[in-house]
Amino acid sequence: MSDAPDTHSGDHGGELALPEPIADPGLPAHTWRPTDVDPAKEKRAERQVAGLFALSALSTIAFVVAYFTLDVGDNWHVVAGFGASTMALGLTLGLALLFIGVGIIHWARKLMADHEIIEMRHPARSTDEDREAAVDALNTGLAESGIGRRPLIRNSLLGAVGLLGVPTVVMLRDLGPLPGDKLYHTIWGRGGETITRDGQQVTLPKMRISRDAIGTPILASDLEIGDLVNAQPEVLYNPERYEVDPTEVEGVHLQVHKSKASLILLRMDPRDIKPGKAKDGSSRENWSVDGIVAYSKICTHVGCPISLNERTTHHLLCPCHQSTFDLADSGKVVFGPAGRPLPQLPLEVDEEGYLVAQSDFDEPVGPSFWERDYYER
Amino acid sequence: MRLLNRSAGRLSRHRRGPLAGLMLLVCGLLLTGGLYAALAPAQADTDQSQEELIKEGRELFLVGCAFCHGQNGEGVLTQSGTQYGPALTDVGAAAVDFQVGTGRMPMAQPGVQAPRKEVVYSEEESDALEAFVGSLGTGPAVPDEELYSTDDLSESEYKELVTRGSQIFLANCTACHNFEGSGGAMPRGGYAPKIRGVDPKYVYEAMLTGPQSMDTFSDGNIPPEDKKAVIAYLETLDDSPSYGGFTLGGLGPVSEGITAWLVGIGALVGFAVWIAAHTTRSSEKKDEAEA
Amino acid sequence: MSVDVSKVATTNGSEPATPTKGAQRAGTIATWADERLGLGTAMKKNIRKVFPDHWSFMLGEIALWSFVVLLLTGVFLTLWFDPSMTEVQYDGSYDPLRGVHMSSAMASTLEISFDVRGGLLMRQMHHWAAMIFIAAMMIHLLRVYFTGAFRKPRELNWVIGCLLLLLGTIEGFTGYSLPDDLLSGTGVRAADGFMKASPVIGTYMSFFLFGGEFPGDTIIPRFYAMHILLIPGLLLALIAAHMLLLVYHKHTQWPGPGRTEQNVVGYPMLPVYAAKAGGFFFIVFGMIALMGGLFSMNPVWKYGPYDPSKVTAGSQPDWYMGWPDGLLRIIPAWETHIWGVTLSWNVMIPILVMPPLMLMVLIALPFLESWITGDKREHHLLQRPRNAPTRTAIMVALMTFYGLSWAAGGNDIIAIKMHLSINQITYFLRAAVFIGPVIAFIITRRWCISLQRHDAEKLLHGYESGVLVRSPEGGYAEKHLPLPLEKAYTLTARDHDPEPEKVEQIEASGLEGRKLRVRRLRARLQALFFADNVQKPTVEELHEAQHHAEHELHELESQIAAGPNRHGPADH
Repeated sequence: MSDAPDTHSGDHGGELALPEPIADPGLPAHTWRPTDVDPAKEKRAERQVAGLFALSALSTIAFVVAYFTLDVGDNWHVVAGFGASTMALGLTLGLALLFIGVGIIHWARKLMADHEIIEMRHPARSTDEDREAAVDALNTGLAESGIGRRPLIRNSLLGAVGLLGVPTVVMLRDLGPLPGDKLYHTIWGRGGETITRDGQQVTLPKMRISRDAIGTPILASDLEIGDLVNAQPEVLYNPERYEVDPTEVEGVHLQVHKSKASLILLRMDPRDIKPGKAKDGSSRENWSVDGIVAYSKICTHVGCPISLNERTTHHLLCPCHQSTFDLADSGKVVFGPAGRPLPQLPLEVDEEGYLVAQSDFDEPVGPSFWERDYYER
Repeated sequence: MRLLNRSAGRLSRHRRGPLAGLMLLVCGLLLTGGLYAALAPAQADTDQSQEELIKEGRELFLVGCAFCHGQNGEGVLTQSGTQYGPALTDVGAAAVDFQVGTGRMPMAQPGVQAPRKEVVYSEEESDALEAFVGSLGTGPAVPDEELYSTDDLSESEYKELVTRGSQIFLANCTACHNFEGSGGAMPRGGYAPKIRGVDPKYVYEAMLTGPQSMDTFSDGNIPPEDKKAVIAYLETLDDSPSYGGFTLGGLGPVSEGITAWLVGIGALVGFAVWIAAHTTRSSEKKDEAEA
Repeated sequence: MSVDVSKVATTNGSEPATPTKGAQRAGTIATWADERLGLGTAMKKNIRKVFPDHWSFMLGEIALWSFVVLLLTGVFLTLWFDPSMTEVQYDGSYDPLRGVHMSSAMASTLEISFDVRGGLLMRQMHHWAAMIFIAAMMIHLLRVYFTGAFRKPRELNWVIGCLLLLLGTIEGFTGYSLPDDLLSGTGVRAADGFMKASPVIGTYMSFFLFGGEFPGDTIIPRFYAMHILLIPGLLLALIAAHMLLLVYHKHTQWPGPGRTEQNVVGYPMLPVYAAKAGGFFFIVFGMIALMGGLFSMNPVWKYGPYDPSKVTAGSQPDWYMGWPDGLLRIIPAWETHIWGVTLSWNVMIPILVMPPLMLMVLIALPFLESWITGDKREHHLLQRPRNAPTRTAIMVALMTFYGLSWAAGGNDIIAIKMHLSINQITYFLRAAVFIGPVIAFIITRRWCISLQRHDAEKLLHGYESGVLVRSPEGGYAEKHLPLPLEKAYTLTARDHDPEPEKVEQIEASGLEGRKLRVRRLRARLQALFFADNVQKPTVEELHEAQHHAEHELHELESQIAAGPNRHGPADH
């Protein structure tokens, strides 16, 4: 081995290999471990390995004991403020495994023969003869199939198999419905709608604004300057009032509605508000009620709900990617990645003094999508 | 509310931590003491006029607060027109109790936000300040204990309140204060502080008054009973054991990722180094012929 | 290609294959199996197959074993988990959520956590193992790259490894989404935003994936199928291919005495390597069990069920998705509205362009390097990172970019923990992701070259012995001693960098048009790639230096003998 020819410099674009400055001295001679030459040490190592395995067995037994003695469910055992079951099971299982692992490694390091041995490598490529034989076999096979001589068969087969890709794609069609105009409307539009009931035209009440999680509608007089309300359309809590079937605001429907209709309601000093322009060019002057403004809670970047508001600046921060919107200034983006202002919901009060939406948002809420501006309602 | 129409009536035999009893005792003692402190001087004060307290408060205010908030709590503007210290005319006694009681005021130095620190004023001094600032205008008074205390609830009432509180907490509070109440970042160096282990009174006052740049949650916004529900949920978080082990700061995936790298990968690479390391060698030769 | 029929007759003979007298049971089974499977031939070659020993060769093993842990714990979790988005009212043991409406997925996750003994442990172990799986793949990738182990003939295995990293990441993301808690739902919500930002087909992709409008009620069953069937199947297949190629190529090794390009020196599979690998499996498993028991992971009960109107501060993906999330945080508000369509660069660049681009760059690295260097030889000896300064610098630059993007993904946590402003952090990182990698590249390259110079110094002038000698004139000098032969050889056991092609030569060679431009580009890149590298000394240089060093040493020693500090080291 030691006199192996130089292996480090090969053919490099025809460049001549330089001689190695130092010749390979070859593998150093094997040296012995204390456990190889001292029977006492060998015996001790053997006992250590067996001891580790025994500790593992003890840990496993402790695991089983912990499994049956420590309660979970309604009645967790608690030790030092921790769930005793999880911790005890994790510790005992972990130790049981670690002791086996450490024991085996210790055995390998101290007691197993540790002579390094040498194996020769072979190039990854096959030999020239094998290559030739393979090519010959391939050619013979192809010739016997006649695929080269019968282009009609070959091409029609390729075409037929290629066409099979179409069903693969077509079959995916029923994964979901087409988007239609769903992204352009929210359930806020249900308020004030005219529907036909028993052959009569009925105008529904305007959609009241309710407190999220609490579910009660909000009087304009309830709020003080500085209040922030996480709000939802009342229909989610009181569907009957809007002639909506309760099943339409349950389960997946509820989630879909919330993912578009969630609202941030803020009362600020009316003098702070700088009314902007609506989509149709009119002023947003009368979109607020006594300094109460409402904006979509869904970020225009990728759609996280936002409600981290700074009362003093009216700046609303998204916890996902830190887009910051100025709620006193038409929801304008003042910082971060969002490309568009938060859509504003026009507010007014109904005859009982509750806050209601004048109409739906005048633009799609949530993250941007390709055909967002394309669809004019 | 549809989230809360509970069908399940069974009572939990949830076992509290061994320290819970002690904690309860200490809380009880503290509350009794607090009640005594709050009520006893009040009775004595009926003779004294409220005005005397306000006068005392005004003196303290002129020494400790007026530099930033103005002599009459009208606020101080900087030359560039921004607020140096905000006006205190309509913040109410509750705001003073919160700011002074948690040590946030007086501020040690001007900054983005007043951090929580050691309390400076004694209880009597704080009472005087509250009386003075409360006299300046409108604003919420210091809340009565029954508004935030969950002590006199039955177990089933308490549990119902906690469930309700969990949903209100997740809808209104977690966005800034994080799912465990560990706090979070706000724009331009501001932050929402950690709200675990805070005296319920201060939690209530914070919701009521919106300290620093926090929004207010007035009684018209979140009714008192629902504020109590949030407090009950926070108490439950404090009382429940950590079912899965150390919570790593309760900061979510960032601290989990750091742990996976430092502890997980760190230890396993350490093991790999040990496994592949050369064992000690002996200078002795083996007697028998080499195998 | 001919079939050897000489043995068919004997095994089909009427004589029983088992020796009649006193055969041991193990032998019987082995014979039985061999006659049907031909195990002997395969085992003969592989039972004593040699694996070199080095800690850095075990990083991939961490990934392999944590994958096994993932399979084991994952199977346990499937026994209770119900991947359904049907709304149920929670009626389990966790009081604060009892009575709350949630999906079956979330309710069954709570059941696993609270009502199944060891269920929370298994959930946490599964999640920790996933984090470690991907982390281990990454450090393994770095090891392979920094040591040049990706070079011919192992490029395809490098590609397989990159695909494994991609699949592992997707597997992680689908798993993260399954419990349907507030955090995972927020992640899925963001994924919906990513899809919608795709040009032309974005909304259709979203509606098809979610089976309707977000969040729909099909995403969790669909992710579940991907998470427990499709992706693990692909992962298993690719891991098998990765390992087979490893066995076929045989492991690389560090250069050293007796270790050449033609051989592999190490321990045999049986017993030492099998014991070390098997033992390491138990250690990885045990570490993950300890972490699962001691460290809380993803406490879904505190997040509560997913609700599109709720969010929590510190909404982050798991660490491996952190860097694109960071880019999403620091990208400026770029959005184009043109011809009635919307192009959301603020989503497309960070999430639809950068991660695939990063993957493609990774996959291309071996091919790019061999094209630039023109090196088409097989390599089985590893290189120290310092001996390929440009390569090392490229990866450090990529790592710097990754690390800064990663930090951006935690900018809110950095802000509260270090009392900084998220706005300032964001502005800083917007610049740093461009400048940082350039600085890192330059520093790393120069650092490598100075380390190379240090190696050459040691070879030529010996190592610093730490012994200071004062000459009679009062001057001080440190005694340099020659390196031991083994060490010196190991330092020289590396390639000479080739002389880069001369641009003038190429221009004179009569090439034209595109071919000429490509060759010229390659020559320039080659010159940059090897520029300033320190080559190992030639035979003559080494001889001369040794001569000189001996002379110097001799002189020093005579000074010691004559000089004032005679009590100095007397040997030598």
